[in-house]
Amino acid sequence: MSAPLHRPAPFVPPRFNRHGVLAIYRFELARAARTLIQSLVTPVITTSLYFIVFGSAIGARMHSVGGVPYGAFIVPGLMMLTLFTESIANASFGIFYPKFTGTIFELLSAPVSPLETVLGYVGAAATKSVAIGSIILGTSALFVPIRILHPVAMVVLLLLTAATFSLFGFIVGIWAKGWEQIQIIPALIMTPLTFLGGAFYSIDMLPRPWRTLSLFNPVVYLINAFRWSFYGATDVGIGTSIAFTLGFLAACAAVVAWIFRTGYRLKN
Amino acid sequence: MQPAISIQRLVKRYDSGHVALHGIDLEVRPGEIFALLGPNGAGKSTLINIVCGIVTPTEGRVLAAGRDVVREYRAARTAIGLVPQELATDNYESVWATVKFSRGLYGRAPNPRFLESLLDALSLADKRDARIMTLSGGMKRRVMIAKALAHEPQILFLDEPTAGVDVELRRDMWALVRRLRDQGVTIVLTTHYIEEAEQMADRIGVLDRGSLILVEDKRTLIDQLGERQLRLMLRRPLDAIPAGLADLGLQLRDRGDELVFTYDATRTIDVSALLRRLTDLSIEITDMQTRQSSLEEIFVKLVSRRS
Repeated sequence: MSAPLHRPAPFVPPRFNRHGVLAIYRFELARAARTLIQSLVTPVITTSLYFIVFGSAIGARMHSVGGVPYGAFIVPGLMMLTLFTESIANASFGIFYPKFTGTIFELLSAPVSPLETVLGYVGAAATKSVAIGSIILGTSALFVPIRILHPVAMVVLLLLTAATFSLFGFIVGIWAKGWEQIQIIPALIMTPLTFLGGAFYSIDMLPRPWRTLSLFNPVVYLINAFRWSFYGATDVGIGTSIAFTLGFLAACAAVVAWIFRTGYRLKN
Repeated sequence: MQPAISIQRLVKRYDSGHVALHGIDLEVRPGEIFALLGPNGAGKSTLINIVCGIVTPTEGRVLAAGRDVVREYRAARTAIGLVPQELATDNYESVWATVKFSRGLYGRAPNPRFLESLLDALSLADKRDARIMTLSGGMKRRVMIAKALAHEPQILFLDEPTAGVDVELRRDMWALVRRLRDQGVTIVLTTHYIEEAEQMADRIGVLDRGSLILVEDKRTLIDQLGERQLRLMLRRPLDAIPAGLADLGLQLRDRGDELVFTYDATRTIDVSALLRRLTDLSIEITDMQTRQSSLEEIFVKLVSRRS
């Protein structure tokens, strides 16, 4: 214990704590790298299973939907399904884990603003889900012919959805008091909404009352907009879809702002 | 000189209605080791957590390095390093990754050379790439200190630094804290071990049920509140204190072969005069001892006086 220690000198912190954001972002991605198998292989296997069941077994007996072969038709919905679950899971785990282990004290006592904290955690979670979404797209291309009519819109929608649901997951992670609660939102809300939201069918295929009811399901709009960027066909207006996504993003941002202002479930 | 920490009329009332701090006023001087003593639940951790930004104050103001910890939290927090009471670590991380993370989180540019010397100073150099879960409790505590020092803070908070730590590590830690102080780091520590405060602190604050009941120089505290005793071992036991010594308030102990003279710092005594009077009475002395009450005795007295 003889090496010299630091001599403290006043340090003027920058207006934006870029090192802090990067530290959180890298830390979160390093965690994903440690669990690379679970992070990447699982979604690929799940997607392949969907293709075998829906694409090959059922799709072979189905007509094309709106001129798109059924196997290709389900790709955007499948990507969205994964994007929702992965974004929520990654972001909620990322912020819940330090609360669980107690290491959150460091984040709370560090000179990082709420915006910087969110950029680090949500940025990392969104990066992971975009990577997984891309892998699913790649896996799908092995099974069915894919075409993307509006690639720019597709990328924008991919990023926007990943960011929005990662932000939502961040809220879930702060709200959750235990591991069960982390699972509840994806299992009880997101999976049903996605399955009923036209991930595997066009809502035009539904009988009357169900079709109207589906229009109250927010996920319908997201999946539709995304499918439109692939094949150009859509059940509902593309403008409505984007407006809805932005609206949900704004709502999540407002909740996060409230959390940091009040310290809800973060500090006393 | 600007105080390292300035706390003004600080009140913390929890949502449950429990008042953890009743209007604390305290200044910690730059470059000192300040020990905060107090029984469990006295509010020590609440006080530290407010300064560090983990708990929100209800009323009052706290400045660290001259900056308001709420309104100018960036500048204030940059100046502070915190070693919390709990060993909270990310078990799957390596020592190097976690220390690097802490430095970045506090807004400092990477500096591998400094971090290496820090690990070296904490005897962690050979554990650099070890996962934290593989380390012993003592090593984990060193990692917590390394994390707290990774951004080169001016003020270091140590919340119960040696709770559950073995004797050797405790000595190491004390040496480290002194070295940091010598280099100009202000240190605030809370402790249960009065021995620790006695060994380390320059000044001592005693917190009891949310109030700071005393802030004093350690030496002054021991001098003012401590009792001194002069014990005289006698060759021949006495049956009673001789009438000629009645005015001194002596006590006779141990079957009459020990005379105990108790006095405090406010009374100076003339030992040679006392001895002369004993010699005049033909009381022979074989040995003598003086002792001073420890901080522990003072502390117990202070806290029990209030309850």
